[in-house]
Amino acid sequence: MTWEVITSNLPALLVAVPLFAAFLCPLVGRISPGMRASWVFGAMVLTAAIAYILAFIVYSQGTVIYVFGATTPDLSVPIDSGGIPIRIMFTVDAMSALMEIIAVTVGLGVLLYSLSSDERRSGLENYYTIFLLMIAAVLGMVSTGDLFNFFVFLEISSLASAGLIAYRVEKGVAVEAGLKYLMVSTIAGIFFLFAIGILYGQYNALNMAILAERIQWTPLDKIALVLMVAALATKCGSVPLHFWTPDAYSMAPAAVTAMLVVASQASLYGLFRISFTLYGVALSYVTIGWVIIILGVLSMVVGVTMAIPQKDIKRLMAYHAVSQTGYMLLGVGVGLAVLGDQALLNSYGYTAMEGGIFHIMNHALYKGLLFLTAGAIIYRIGTSDLNRMGGLGHRMKYTMVFFMIGSLAIAGIPPFNGFASKFLIYESVFLFSPVLAIIAMVVSILTLASFVKVFHSVFMGPPLPEHDKVSEVPFPMLAAMGFLAILVIISGLFPQVFIQNLIVPAVHALTNQAGYLGTVLGGA
Amino acid sequence: MRMSKIVRFCADMLYPAVVIFGLYVIMHGHLTPGGGFQGGAVVATAAALVIVAYSYEEIQGMLSKFLFQVQESGGLLMFGGVALIALGLGTTYFFNFLANSGLLFGMSVPFGPNPGDLNTGGVLPLMNIAVGVEVWGGLAIVILYMLSGITKEGV
Amino acid sequence: MFWNLPYIAVVLLTIIGIATILLKKNLIKMFLGVSILTSAVNLFLIVLGYRDSGIAPIYTYAPSELMVLPTPQALCLTSIVIGVATSALMLSFAVVIYRYYGTVNVDEIRELKE
Repeated sequence: MTWEVITSNLPALLVAVPLFAAFLCPLVGRISPGMRASWVFGAMVLTAAIAYILAFIVYSQGTVIYVFGATTPDLSVPIDSGGIPIRIMFTVDAMSALMEIIAVTVGLGVLLYSLSSDERRSGLENYYTIFLLMIAAVLGMVSTGDLFNFFVFLEISSLASAGLIAYRVEKGVAVEAGLKYLMVSTIAGIFFLFAIGILYGQYNALNMAILAERIQWTPLDKIALVLMVAALATKCGSVPLHFWTPDAYSMAPAAVTAMLVVASQASLYGLFRISFTLYGVALSYVTIGWVIIILGVLSMVVGVTMAIPQKDIKRLMAYHAVSQTGYMLLGVGVGLAVLGDQALLNSYGYTAMEGGIFHIMNHALYKGLLFLTAGAIIYRIGTSDLNRMGGLGHRMKYTMVFFMIGSLAIAGIPPFNGFASKFLIYESVFLFSPVLAIIAMVVSILTLASFVKVFHSVFMGPPLPEHDKVSEVPFPMLAAMGFLAILVIISGLFPQVFIQNLIVPAVHALTNQAGYLGTVLGGA
Repeated sequence: MRMSKIVRFCADMLYPAVVIFGLYVIMHGHLTPGGGFQGGAVVATAAALVIVAYSYEEIQGMLSKFLFQVQESGGLLMFGGVALIALGLGTTYFFNFLANSGLLFGMSVPFGPNPGDLNTGGVLPLMNIAVGVEVWGGLAIVILYMLSGITKEGV
Repeated sequence: MFWNLPYIAVVLLTIIGIATILLKKNLIKMFLGVSILTSAVNLFLIVLGYRDSGIAPIYTYAPSELMVLPTPQALCLTSIVIGVATSALMLSFAVVIYRYYGTVNVDEIRELKE
């Protein structure tokens, strides 16, 4: 295949390569375990390369559209269609490219970790099949420009995640967590389908650009918006629909939990895409902005206060994930609340959204690192109860360093990347409403307190006699944790490089609804 | 407690009829209601019929899980492969390169209502066959795993 | 009023489905509630495509009349396939839970507490 064929078809290959690798995985796995490991790792490296090249093209040349089943990839409005895009298309703009980069970076580290932490289990070819399917679903969810296609990928990621959560049947407890997750995700998906039905019945279109052009703010549209916001807020783990998060995150294998965090961010991306691009300024942005801000503040406060008395290390980190999701909702909610007012948008709206979206990237990195270190501890000790750990710092030095990096990043201490994004959120939310900024800072202090407690009880103190033969974890797991830790440090030391090149184009692509419509509908 | 002779005899008679009807629904997906998933689900019901009439141990020689796994992967590969061939011809993924072309399923469809001809549709009947084969394999594996508790002495 | 009857059926099925999920204590009955809710949404999608006195959208031997919309039928088919996969996975989970806990009563499957 020549280079032009590959580069012009990159969005299709982004989803096709993991799907192909997943379908062939059971047959390849029967040959030998080493063959399966190299097959899966090769597929993931290829997907990461495709995502990086596609992101580079999008950031340098603008939005890329890809129409499935047409004669050329950018024929979005065929001549005999009456002026509407009739095929399913992928619309990759700067925000989608950013989410793709996050997904494949975390996925690469997680796959390297999972190759060595799960190698003594049985049924591994099914595990890697579902894992690659989940990666393909997350990549499809963030790239698509068609509302029903988004729903299909959402359901694929829900089913794949539920299967992976219940993978280690620890006397039925993991299966109970997987069942809870599956029930909640299915009901959320059904309400999302209701909203798609309402919008289709009114406007006879499923493409996001055509819907954005035709939408008026009728009462049925309000009902559809409420259903979609409720469904996507359930899927990303914000209060008051967060009750599946501690069970699912604590019972899954550690590598899967890091990918679950990325899947929740993809649902958050869906929420932003619907509010900013599908509805745009047709909705009453102050009301919806304040709803998202209230959801964010509730998530922050409830998450961190429920995390403090926890005794299980992964449940504690899961509640912190809920709390950090509140930061992202707060930042982008402030941006949504001032969407119609260009002066306020320029003074602090863009900064708030930059903070929120930069926090998505940072959270995926440092939360993934924290869950991987927790998995390393559980791999050596065999239990996840904080009361039975102690003095591990003498034996597991590298794990202790990585855990320290992760917890300093989540608490927002300079020079790690949590500080950069939280600082942007603080300074812009303070201009919007000072009370919210003070609440955010208090939550950050409580986060630091909770992680100091965990660090002290796990790593500090005299070594316990039952942990006498504990040694460091194998090298692939250390390499994966080191990869994520290096990214945390680099994006903390040079935040301006990341913000100027990655985040600002994403924010401008998200708020620029007219540009999105022009690229999709005006393209020949 | 085995099932009576009438039940086993009727299951033997019905098994090929169900399989052929399912294959008919798969093949004519572009002309009549039906298609890949519907036909595949009908064919997978045949496996359930046979397991209920006999018991799981007697069927293990006849329906093997490995063959169904190969069938499932093969169907998905055919689906993705046919879509990928369109990339090699210079068009986009999933392009219908066989319609109106005179090759395998490529006869041109006359305009308006007509007696449907099986030779039309392009890539669509191939996709239907791929999906039907895949659904047959997938659902048969699910049924085999779930009904593996039915032994010769009863449930 | 008569022409709204399918939509009233959709609302009734939704209410029955949600009530089953919330009020029943047996795990299998809760799965039946999810299945009823899925059927309600599928019915909603198909009824949206109805055109007054239209016929089925098939070209083989079709009389020249108005046809109903075929796109919601494709959406409904995709939703049915997703429903099948979800039901298969949920029932497999129920089988494994019964093997380890010995019960399918939701009040007694509470190993994961606060």
